[in-house]
Amino acid sequence: MTEKNTPLLDELEKGKWPSFVTEIKRAAVKSEAAGELLQVLERSYKERRGHWKHGGIVGVRGYGGGVIGRYVDEPQTYPNVAEFHTVRLLQPSGWFYNTKTLRTVCDIWEKYGSGLTNMHGSTGDIILLGCKTEHIQPIFDEFSDAGFDLGGSGSCLRTPNCCVGPGRCEHACYDTLEACYNITNEFMDELHRPMWPYKSKIKFSGCANDCTSSIARSDCSVIGTWRDTLRIDQEAVKEYAAKINIKAAVCDKCPTSCLTFNAETQELSVVGEDCTRCMHCINVMPKAIQPGKEKGATILIGGKSTIVQSAFMSWVIVPFMKMEAEDDFAEFKDLMRRIWEWWDEHGKSRERIGETIYRLGMTKFLNGIEVAPVPQMVFRPRANPYVFWNQDDLDRSGTALDGSKL
Amino acid sequence: MAILDQGPPHYKKMLPPIVQENYGKWKYHEIPSPGVLKHVGESGAALYSVRVGTPRLVSIDFIRDVCVIADEYCDGFLRWTTRNNVEFLVSDEAKLKPLLEKLEAEGYSVGGTGRSVSNIVHTQGWVHCHTPATDASGVVKAVMDDLYEYFNTMKLPAKLKMGLACCLNMCGAAHCSDIAIVGVHRTPPRINHEVIRKGTEIPSLVASCPTGAIRPDPKNKSVIVNEDKCMYCGNCYTMSPAMEIYDPKNDGIAILIGGKTSNARTSPSFSRMVIPFLPNTAPRWPETTEAIRKIIELWIANANDGERVGEWVERIGWERFFTLAELPFSDMLIDDYIFSRETFRTSAQFKY
Ligand code: HEM
Ligand code: HEM
Ligand code: HEM
Ligand code: SF4
Ligand code: SF4
Ligand code: SF4
Ligand code: SF4
Repeated sequence: MTEKNTPLLDELEKGKWPSFVTEIKRAAVKSEAAGELLQVLERSYKERRGHWKHGGIVGVRGYGGGVIGRYVDEPQTYPNVAEFHTVRLLQPSGWFYNTKTLRTVCDIWEKYGSGLTNMHGSTGDIILLGCKTEHIQPIFDEFSDAGFDLGGSGSCLRTPNCCVGPGRCEHACYDTLEACYNITNEFMDELHRPMWPYKSKIKFSGCANDCTSSIARSDCSVIGTWRDTLRIDQEAVKEYAAKINIKAAVCDKCPTSCLTFNAETQELSVVGEDCTRCMHCINVMPKAIQPGKEKGATILIGGKSTIVQSAFMSWVIVPFMKMEAEDDFAEFKDLMRRIWEWWDEHGKSRERIGETIYRLGMTKFLNGIEVAPVPQMVFRPRANPYVFWNQDDLDRSGTALDGSKL
Repeated sequence: MAILDQGPPHYKKMLPPIVQENYGKWKYHEIPSPGVLKHVGESGAALYSVRVGTPRLVSIDFIRDVCVIADEYCDGFLRWTTRNNVEFLVSDEAKLKPLLEKLEAEGYSVGGTGRSVSNIVHTQGWVHCHTPATDASGVVKAVMDDLYEYFNTMKLPAKLKMGLACCLNMCGAAHCSDIAIVGVHRTPPRINHEVIRKGTEIPSLVASCPTGAIRPDPKNKSVIVNEDKCMYCGNCYTMSPAMEIYDPKNDGIAILIGGKTSNARTSPSFSRMVIPFLPNTAPRWPETTEAIRKIIELWIANANDGERVGEWVERIGWERFFTLAELPFSDMLIDDYIFSRETFRTSAQFKY
């Protein structure tokens, strides 16, 4: 029998912010495993160390991932959490729910699991925290009947996610909810059956505010943008002029100094070709300024966390791509297939695609995926002359000794 | 028979009627009060979203509770945000005030909009992961308790996005946060040779190390760790419990600041380390809450209107930040990893 008191954790029930300790205690009323989790955690607080470990691989029939094995390091002391696995479920786009669906999740999880969840995991999934090995298949079967499916884990396409987009945001430059739904469905095999060098993530943000932090958190960042010039409603500008200092709050903070407010006429003008579409002015004056009409997304590649080669932020490979449900996001899907094929061929085990590109060079990557270089891909061109000339091309770019063009 | 590969539930079934009607036709939004967003469609329709902080680790009782509220005030529709807040979606303006009163009465935390600190994106920690150097939920709870006054108001110079990752694997995207709290191990794994001899697959263990610090020791039927190469990532512990990575005396927290992922004004940027180590003083991490509060108060006192932490520090200069913050600078804060050179000052311009 282990000590039932949790004096250290109880300290974390004080204060105004909602307490996870209270939540575990609530689950513990019905679940012995949740009760034992409290004991394990109290011990971690006392000893200042974790008590979980990896063990055997667990999963469901037909899938290579979606469940993460988790075992306590002293199973004899804590038999109810000896196995305490995580189940990842694909979330609906934008994390919108009706209460019926949520109650279904609760009911199935109550039947088999600890009653604890993460809403949501960092990657986006519904995380069901803590169940026994023998219950994994029944849990999946019931969720499957209820219309749910497993998320990704392992060296696969991880669960994509997206910002709220057109569901509730005036800035959305493409339909992030539909893109995420459609593209997740397209790549079910890549998501459920790990077969790549390492994990790979896609996140969909409707504009450059990047509410999903896709540029930092995903190997492929799809960030909404527009190709033409932002649109200004001068009547609405006048309304703002009565409330805010447009010059100070908007024009002076435009990174490209391309906005001018004429205090006399109360009109705002933009030098369209100088604007970098950073979203600042639109954020401050949403009633008066909106993106242009020719909307789509910028595709960036390579974002990943610190392990191993340092963190990378994604960089541009396609400055502007149409993202339309009408053509089934065909151009995007086609590009992703070329990218993954190249990575599959050249990537080393446990190397994220950004690292593979960094190791082999952008030039090789762009050639491999058949994308032509454009200046939008770089902040500035190279500062060294160490070009690896393609020897086959040389005879066609030089001049013969007699002066004739080759 | 379970259906394979049926994908996520269809989002369209989850959208309240007002969202379906105004889908892609929103015109603008306002923040009438902290925690309340008002989105107005081209049609004139108004949707109120009431944002409530959660600990992310929630019980099904919690989910059922918010369902009851959503049924009563939101026709049964709600959503979660990227930062683990719940948003109640109110399409009937008459229900907004009663909902806010209800939430207040039941002790929910309404806030996290505009110039506030929003929920801290975080990871599993001691609750459920095998390599954490600190807890996640507990540190977040302690820090959010301390900063609560900035959650339910909008009096900061700009928005403040925080992240916590409990080890270097950084599951939670903290590296581009205004303030990042990162769990750090500081010692190489201690090898239990007995356990290795009893059944660890040595080639897999060697291969698990991202820096190649582990090599086989055939004489000993075990392995050797090259301590100069080890970056304390804990991957080897994932492979074998013989590679004990926990070190209660030496594990703790580092603080990084100044990152962002939005493109507004300045480009997205990484957070930079300003405090290499704080101790794991469970259960409430007073050193960490105090350090973060000091940085935030300095930012409030010095930033221009609308300037995020990183924009402020970049404007005044990091060297100046260290002076103002009275934080010690040390060799631990100078990068000596792969992309270090770009952080060296190749210029004769600087401040004190
Ligand atoms: C060798 C390296 C890594 C190992 C062994 C590892 C292991 C794990 C494990 C076991 C979990 C599940 C934790 C749980 O639910 O109990 C997890 C979660 C996760 N990992 Fe990793 N991880 C590694 C690297 C990374 C990296 C580099 C990232 C991304 C930057 C990452 C992102 C995530 C995310 C997003 C989650 C979900 C966490 C959450 O929702 O709290 N992991 N990882
Ligand atoms: C393979 C490539 C290069 C070689 C072999 C090379 C070689 C040299 C040599 C031999 C000198 C000394 C000349 C002298 O004073 O006698 C020199 C000077 C210099 N090089 Fe280069 N260089 C190369 C590339 C570059 C590049 C890419 C840059 C600039 C981006 C550069 C910038 C300079 C400058 C600024 C000087 C000094 C000029 C001065 O003293 O005023 N070099 N280089
Ligand atoms: C200079 C240091 C860092 C770099 C270069 C870096 C880089 C990255 C990159 C590229 C990603 C995307 C990874 C992915 O989605 O797989 C990422 C994710 C993440 N990083 Fe970092 N990072 C750094 C520091 C940190 C720190 C200090 C923290 C925590 C305090 C942190 C927390 C996270 C979290 C939480 C994620 C999100 C993972 C996800 O949800 O997928 N990072 N980081
Ligand atoms: S990323 Fe842009 S479109 Fe998406 S929710 Fe954020 S501001 Fe709106
Ligand atoms: S979007 Fe950014 S760059 Fe373009 S005009 Fe507005 S503030 Fe300037
Ligand atoms: S950051 Fe590290 S310790 Fe925390 S959940 Fe991720 S892998 Fe586990
Ligand atoms: S902690 Fe990481 S770097 Fe150190 S030996 Fe283990 S795997 Fe290698």
